[in-house]
Amino acid sequence: MKYLYLVWSNLKRKKLRTILTLLSIMVAFMLFGYLGAIKQAFSQGIDVAGIDRLIVRHKVSIIQLLPEAYESRIEQIEGVEDAVHQTWFGGVYQKPSNFFAQMPVKPQEYLEMYPEILLSDEDREAWLNTRSGAIAGRTTAERFGWKVGDRIPINATIWTREGGETTWEFDLVGIYDGAEKGVDTTQFLFRYDFFHESRQFGQGQVGWYTVRISDPERAAETAAQIDAEFANSPYETKAEPEGAFLQAFANQIGDVGFIMMSIVAAVFFTILLVAGNTMAYAVRERTNELAVLKALGFTDRGVLGLVLGESLVLAGLGGVSGLALAWLLVSLGDPSNGSLPSFFIPVNNLLTGFVLIGLTALVAGILPALQAQRLRIADALRR
Amino acid sequence: MTQTVQTLVSISNVDKIFKRGSEEIHVLGGLDLEIPQAEFLALMGPSGSGKSTLLNLIGGLDRPSQGSVAVGGERIDELSDRRLAAWRARHVGLVFQFYNLMPMLSAQKNVELPLLLTHLSRSERKKRAAIALEIVGLSHRTDHFPRTLSGGEQQRVGIARAIVTDPTLLLCDEPTGDLDRKSGDEILSLLQALNQEQGKTIVMVTHDIHAAARASRTLYLNKGQLSTEAEE
Repeated sequence: MKYLYLVWSNLKRKKLRTILTLLSIMVAFMLFGYLGAIKQAFSQGIDVAGIDRLIVRHKVSIIQLLPEAYESRIEQIEGVEDAVHQTWFGGVYQKPSNFFAQMPVKPQEYLEMYPEILLSDEDREAWLNTRSGAIAGRTTAERFGWKVGDRIPINATIWTREGGETTWEFDLVGIYDGAEKGVDTTQFLFRYDFFHESRQFGQGQVGWYTVRISDPERAAETAAQIDAEFANSPYETKAEPEGAFLQAFANQIGDVGFIMMSIVAAVFFTILLVAGNTMAYAVRERTNELAVLKALGFTDRGVLGLVLGESLVLAGLGGVSGLALAWLLVSLGDPSNGSLPSFFIPVNNLLTGFVLIGLTALVAGILPALQAQRLRIADALRR
Repeated sequence: MTQTVQTLVSISNVDKIFKRGSEEIHVLGGLDLEIPQAEFLALMGPSGSGKSTLLNLIGGLDRPSQGSVAVGGERIDELSDRRLAAWRARHVGLVFQFYNLMPMLSAQKNVELPLLLTHLSRSERKKRAAIALEIVGLSHRTDHFPRTLSGGEQQRVGIARAIVTDPTLLLCDEPTGDLDRKSGDEILSLLQALNQEQGKTIVMVTHDIHAAARASRTLYLNKGQLSTEAEE
């Protein structure tokens, strides 16, 4: 710590250069944090996907419907404990940009299948007793300022009502939370019986099934059994673990993770050049002073440590403030005004960020530091 | 009762050869020198005669190509780089022609620099730096940065930095070379006082005959050899 003022005073020597380098490092880490939050939003749910759950969809595509009657047939397959269906409703609230997932489900079965959805007993009871009742995730409720008791009109883009009407009205009877970070709290869930009786077409058909299996280690085998059950039928299925399903769903718009990491890698490469250049200049213009330090008794390693310390302080200040800025921006909400299922910087990303700060400091500082370490006092003082 | 004068620096049969590509430059050849404790020795000689090289060898800033350099009975040419650095920190104070102060540190912090290598507390470091600055007559300039000090004042700070660890040996490489006559005289008086009142052994490289006159002995270096007489 007693050398910190020496490190700090060296950084203050060229204030403009230091500030510009700090800003560039800060922007890099801000991007790292922010893009990390977006990446995690797109892969939302994968981390919390139940290892004992399979998703069964139409073999051709998830937008192809499956018979409602499959539920009981799936439940009879060995290794299957329970099956519930969901259907993509695809409506919008007030305007097209107010988009979020809406699905008709069987309340009791659905809540049992997804224990990570936390709903108060009172709200659960209200949902079970209200045919037009719906529950919304906390994120969506807060996004639109909904509260229990509100009547929520949703404009259907797929499922028109009998008579051709596109507006469905629901009574908001509950707001749910996630049992852990990463649980999707943007969904709007309403009762399947209400949907089933009111829709204009598609009676007896549902979107896909979530299946709970008794032995996760036999997931592949159970999935194969389910697919075999419906093979050569007009509605063949594809069963897969929930995590794989969510990953495939996220990949529909491209490998978001790869795109994000490519951007971050390019930014970091540039930043390393900037920070490395700063450190190289800082050492080159101080050759004489470093030689004096050695002449006074600082060891080769001591001088190496001082230069690396400068690099670490530079990367540390820039990196930590960048991550803090990313944290602040993320806490202000997602860039789509709340339509991303979950938007936060995962702790792992933060830890990776701190490791990257260390690596940035090391890579940017190591060559100038070695140069300083190898400096021969007599030669350097003669310059 | 007679007092025995102890030898502090003992240089024996020292060669120093610099290599520039395939060319070898013999700067010092078979040089012998003994410097008694508490002596104020001036080293003179033409440019390129090897004065600074000799000073660097005595201060452990460089190593001889051959021969031995002992200070206080310790063969410093045989020490590892790390131990040599520690030895310098303990036993040598360096005064440079161009002061070589850290421009972004105050006079006080510049003087404290060598003390960072000790186990002294922050307050003790500050106290000792203040004493060193007082010795050189700069108590009123402790918070000033080098750019706000005159050349003479900067050299005083340099001397304070050199003596703050209370070293055995003060090595001064043309300490008045960048100063006007008045400031130079003040610096020389200060060095003389350090030699006479505090018993510091001083080796001073200089081109200036007036500066050399302040020393207790003057040696001339020419073509890698020492003599007591200047070569015509």
